[in-house]
Amino acid sequence: MFPRLVYESFRRQTRRKLLAGVAITLGVAVATAMIAVATDIGDKINRELRTYGANLVITPQEDTLDVEIGGVNLKPPSDGAFLNEADLPKIRGTFWHHNIVGFSPMLPVAVKLRTSDGDKNKGDKSDSAKDVTLVGTYFNKKLTFGKEEFTTGVRITHPWWKVEAGEGSCGGGRLASLPRTESRGPGRVEDSAANVNAATSPESGDTSSCGWPSDDSQNVLLGERLAAKLDKHPGDSLDINNQQFQISGILSTGNVEDNQIVAPLAVAQQILGKPGAVRRVFVSALTKPPDALSARDPKTMTPEVYDRWYCSPYVDSIAYQLQEAIPHSHAEQIRQVAQNEGTVLTRIKGLMLLVTLAALLASALAVSAAMATAIFERRVEIGLMKALGAGNLAVSAIFFAEALLLAFFGGISGFIAGSLLAHQIGRSIFSSQISIQPVLFPIIIAIAVFVTFAGSAAAIRRAVKFDPVFSLRGQA
Amino acid sequence: MSTGPAILHSAREVAERRAHSPHTSMFARMLVRAAMLRRGRAASALLAMIVAAAVATAMMNLYVDVQAKLRNEFRSYGANVIVVAKSGEATAQAATAGSAPSLPQDAVTKIESALGPQTLAVPFAYAVARTSDGQSIVVVGTDFARARELNHWWKVSHWPAPQIDARLVGGDNAAPAPPAEALVGIRAAAVVAPKREPFDLTFQGKTIHLAPAGLLQTGAAEDSRIYLDQTEFQSWTDVSPTTIELAINGSPEEIQQGINKLAAALPGADIRPVRQIMEGEANVLNKTRATLYASATLVVLTSALCVLATLIGWVFDRRRDFAIMKALGASERLVNLFFAAEAAALGVIGALIGFLIGIGVAAWIGRVNFHAPVVPRFSVFPYVLAGSVAVALIAAVLPIGLLRRVQPAIILRGE
Repeated sequence: MFPRLVYESFRRQTRRKLLAGVAITLGVAVATAMIAVATDIGDKINRELRTYGANLVITPQEDTLDVEIGGVNLKPPSDGAFLNEADLPKIRGTFWHHNIVGFSPMLPVAVKLRTSDGDKNKGDKSDSAKDVTLVGTYFNKKLTFGKEEFTTGVRITHPWWKVEAGEGSCGGGRLASLPRTESRGPGRVEDSAANVNAATSPESGDTSSCGWPSDDSQNVLLGERLAAKLDKHPGDSLDINNQQFQISGILSTGNVEDNQIVAPLAVAQQILGKPGAVRRVFVSALTKPPDALSARDPKTMTPEVYDRWYCSPYVDSIAYQLQEAIPHSHAEQIRQVAQNEGTVLTRIKGLMLLVTLAALLASALAVSAAMATAIFERRVEIGLMKALGAGNLAVSAIFFAEALLLAFFGGISGFIAGSLLAHQIGRSIFSSQISIQPVLFPIIIAIAVFVTFAGSAAAIRRAVKFDPVFSLRGQA
Repeated sequence: MSTGPAILHSAREVAERRAHSPHTSMFARMLVRAAMLRRGRAASALLAMIVAAAVATAMMNLYVDVQAKLRNEFRSYGANVIVVAKSGEATAQAATAGSAPSLPQDAVTKIESALGPQTLAVPFAYAVARTSDGQSIVVVGTDFARARELNHWWKVSHWPAPQIDARLVGGDNAAPAPPAEALVGIRAAAVVAPKREPFDLTFQGKTIHLAPAGLLQTGAAEDSRIYLDQTEFQSWTDVSPTTIELAINGSPEEIQQGINKLAAALPGADIRPVRQIMEGEANVLNKTRATLYASATLVVLTSALCVLATLIGWVFDRRRDFAIMKALGASERLVNLFFAAEAAALGVIGALIGFLIGIGVAAWIGRVNFHAPVVPRFSVFPYVLAGSVAVALIAAVLPIGLLRRVQPAIILRGE
């Protein structure tokens, strides 16, 4: 009799059940979407924070002091130690290699720039030379580690660098588009770093013509301020140490590079006469905000704590692993970027958590209001049941069973709708997917059942207590 | 109840008062009595309204304020604008010679008067000195208190104590004066003072005796430098600041305005924004705002729908009142007006209470998450009020439209 009552109630009052079901679906959908967004936002914002550039730097272990002011290094170019370029792909072999978004080697070289034979011809001395710094780096270099192919370079680690190409060379000289650092693939941390490279590499073919020199060319980028001073434009040639180089684009960074020349690494090595030499490497990695464990010194840790430290993507442990991977190197966090990431990340995560709480509250209220209305409308039915001799318990049981069924189905459809919603939010805001952990499903269903029960309980109690005579007469 | 004439008297009075009272009085009475008689239902409708209005207020307040709050957090990334003396590319070479083109002495005061006290300006002066064994090293003169405030990420074991005037008078080589305190970069320390002992530096024949106060670690160029107090530095080298790092608070437009103001105030200087900081900030801020916007829309929509459902239930429940009013001869317009007024009153009261609660919630979130209260925005109130009344009116009008087609007799028979 009991299942029949419940079944008939659903069959005969489809419209009312549908309304309550829609309310539950809606509430659960909002809750699911918000929980999914809140759990994933740390990851997403972490990736966005990579626009601040590299957060780790690798230098040779026995390096002499840099004597550098305003980006000009006064240290003799051959002085100090170098890293070996051949060691760099090993960065992809470290434990947290999936978290490493990209890296770019740097090799600054002091060069003499012949200025007066340009088109401006301001002086008659044809050999007046100007001391400038030339930095050799990777722009978007394809490398292989083991069987894995990947691309890396300043276009990934320094996304704020903009290159203006000459007119005509790419669609009327528009600004070269920035490479997007976020992935288009599945949004998990582990997968996405690998996808960054996959996603940006197809672009490299068509945008490299837009001002960015290719890594195996002899073309260089000229800093914006230097270009204005020399009156040089993309396509002009530049006399560096009595060698001719073509300017493929004008680089604008808002930093010291505006007064420098940026060239492929091989060019800088050739000028310096040290093939394979790299002065320092900037590494951009996704890290976990520092906490009590990260601040400890790995030398004083017990083996278990050390393992936990080693296997957490703290900026310190990644630095430690980079140091292990590259011989004779010293890796350190760039504190300006690395330290602040943590605070910003914590704030945004906290904000989303609180907003999610508000969303959960609102959807819980929506569900319980819908349930209360649905039960209140059925006073007459309750009166009839009671008049026929049903006890309070039996009546409540029927209503709770109905609520359970509604919560279950509403929960499932709400979970699906919420996943789609979260997907849509991830797509439109972060242009990457928001991952929904499967563990969320039972939690969501449990929340839906609980909220529906709690929302119905008060209404059921009131409805059951009501005198059947009055409800049957229609006087509520 | 006591005496007949009294009742008669009062009854007559009441009748008289009712006859002369304006039509709205009855209307108002109906409104109040309707709410009083079904206290439970009215209260639950009002509660839904309040919650929705509170959530909407809190979300709007947060959405407006979060940008300012997050901007504040982003300032810990340090300077977003740099002022350098023109032809600044020659600084390094000039620094060795001691003739760098420097900024005017009052540049910092000028900047602060142009941009107001919220802007943090930190001067830096550079020189290349030699250690006792002949190594070149960059020495920087700065204002420690300001640098500490600007560069939160500097890991410093111990900041140098504020300089005492007597020491300045004491001169460089005067034996009785204690050595000036310097902040030594971690890589520079390995060269000049591996055991943190006092050391000597020479610049153009003048020697200064320094004691390392603390070690500085940043992971960048600062690691191989030595930082001195500006006055100490200037009396030693005669080099005045060549670079001023600024942290300007505000939106990109406000920062651009600040840069324009500075350009007017300091014609001899080159002012440029730090693109790395500005673009990173804009990027993260936009994404966060967009996420918050999406969430706020979802939450407000859900609560509006919740209110709608509750109110429709409430009005639908009162179809008996509706039928009686019509049976007694009330015009359609009057009935509509009655329900609309009821809904509007509910909307206004709900919005008022909800607004107050919402401001409290926003302030709480601000305190918990950003450790700074969210300033209540009263400009949000009209939107909350309009939204609440609109939702309430829709909730009232929708069921009335449905009921209009039904004969009052059928409703009153209880079908």
